[in-house]
Amino acid sequence: MSAAPTFSVTRAEIEDFLFHEAELLDAWKLDEWRELLDANATYYVPATDKPEASHEDTLFIIADDIVRLRERIIRLKDPSCHAEYPPSRTRRMITNVRLGAERDGCVPVKANFIVHRHRRNGDTRVFTGEYRYILRISGENWKIVERRAVLDAAELGVLGSVSFIL
Amino acid sequence: MKNAPWVLENRDENSFLINREAFISDDVLKLEWRKIFNTCWIYVGHASEIRNPGDFQTRKVAGRPILFCRDVNGEVRALLNVCSHRGAIVCREREGNARGFYCMYHGWTFNTDGSLKAAPGEDAYGPKFDRSTHGLTPAPRLESYRDFWFVNFDPDAVSLDEYLAGAKDYIDLVVDQSPSGRMEIISGTQEYDIKANWKLLVENSVDDYHIIATHTTWIQYMINSGVNMKRPKGLLLPSAGKGVDLGNGHLTTDNPNYRGRPVAKWISVYGEEAKADIDHIREELVARLGEARAERVANTNRNLVIFPNLVINDGSSVTVRNFTPVSADLMKVTSWALGTVEETKEQRARRLHAFLTFYGPGGFATPDDVAALEAAQEGYSAFREAGWNDLSRGMHKAPDDQLDTDEGHMRCFWRKWSQLMEAN
Repeated sequence: MSAAPTFSVTRAEIEDFLFHEAELLDAWKLDEWRELLDANATYYVPATDKPEASHEDTLFIIADDIVRLRERIIRLKDPSCHAEYPPSRTRRMITNVRLGAERDGCVPVKANFIVHRHRRNGDTRVFTGEYRYILRISGENWKIVERRAVLDAAELGVLGSVSFIL
Repeated sequence: MKNAPWVLENRDENSFLINREAFISDDVLKLEWRKIFNTCWIYVGHASEIRNPGDFQTRKVAGRPILFCRDVNGEVRALLNVCSHRGAIVCREREGNARGFYCMYHGWTFNTDGSLKAAPGEDAYGPKFDRSTHGLTPAPRLESYRDFWFVNFDPDAVSLDEYLAGAKDYIDLVVDQSPSGRMEIISGTQEYDIKANWKLLVENSVDDYHIIATHTTWIQYMINSGVNMKRPKGLLLPSAGKGVDLGNGHLTTDNPNYRGRPVAKWISVYGEEAKADIDHIREELVARLGEARAERVANTNRNLVIFPNLVINDGSSVTVRNFTPVSADLMKVTSWALGTVEETKEQRARRLHAFLTFYGPGGFATPDDVAALEAAQEGYSAFREAGWNDLSRGMHKAPDDQLDTDEGHMRCFWRKWSQLMEAN
């Protein structure tokens, strides 16, 4: 039996970080959220029929490099972002946080999510799935290197668009 | 059903109006199932999705569950995925490769060509039981054009070739991207609902009038990325394109490109390192097709509607988009990316990246289209007082002078729709 991995962070510390991020996103504090992103951060929402595939050979729903991710924030803050104007109300629940083996100052983290998204006229949609992060924890401020939201849904269907930051 | 005029065309007044009830009436949808989806050629899938014998895809086509497969002898089939015994869905997987299909209800098994392989306890049916009449029912007609396969539920329909009319030239322009003339559906499917009538997506897919207002944030993203989005005086878009009637209800936009094309027009979004590679793609096109045709393939965009419910958008990337009504106010959309079979890993990645800048449920543009369509659908609930859509742009001009930002091409769709709906 191999030795259990040792961690320089606790699950509680990671949870605090994820809860903080969720709070920023739910409050649409997108400029503050951007500060959590590493200089080369990526954001993925894989295809619902190929959740484990690579964005380089498979059509995803979202596959942002940092350039497009910054542009996405600009878009979401613009009242001309019609799909999110007025902005949806969202509430994310994050549970089942699991830490992977630390490497090069980064830790992979998995967590389950439920995101409720509300708009007018009874339009409530529930996104569930698994977040997969790579967090850089070596510097003074922790940074998101990679953020992947893997949906459970077999197809987007009634979920429609993924027009907010999931 | 009341015999309302759905389309009011007045050529003297340059006025073309659509009755908004056509978007919300269940009776209209019932009639559409019968007069349009049961008589027109409906897209079922692409040859590349069932490349090998035994490959299959299950999908809904014109409201029917269809098993689109390649049988063990290599022949393409479109079978109603419905057990000949008691009607259960036979193959319940999305896709795969199979030596046969097994119905979970009573265990009947079928060969990949749809014929009945065995029914458990067959002797109970007596000596007159004929296996050959108990196979899966094939779609009455199944034909293809350049690897795009269509079914028709009307056995007497004209051939697909005749049906496609002028749309074939534009499919050719898309397929000409590939040195071998072979395109493929790329892995990964976008499947999402829009709470709007299916005809709104037909209009929206070829409507270049809406780009400036609906896609402001996408345009800003292009500008931020260094793409020249300047509009010449008098134009709504950076370039003036055409709206083209292709016959039989098919239509397309045909635009000089301004927004970049992985095949083969570089823009800054792709990065400096992609420049030389895109030049090479362009050189291959010129060598193979000549300068004029290469220019068409590389430097013009087309959003193509194959009547009634297939769209091929050859713009920032190529998307094949198929949509089916669920009810008058709801449709299911399925979108794929299409690429050449030859492209390198880097070219494929670039194509997919370019796709997602604009298209799809997480793109910078499609979600706003969805919002616009849903807003329109909501507005139609007031059809009794505010009853008509105006589709008259450009009507005072000759058919050949219709811009992509006019509505002449959309009027072609509606004339065909109206003709079929009023036919006996």
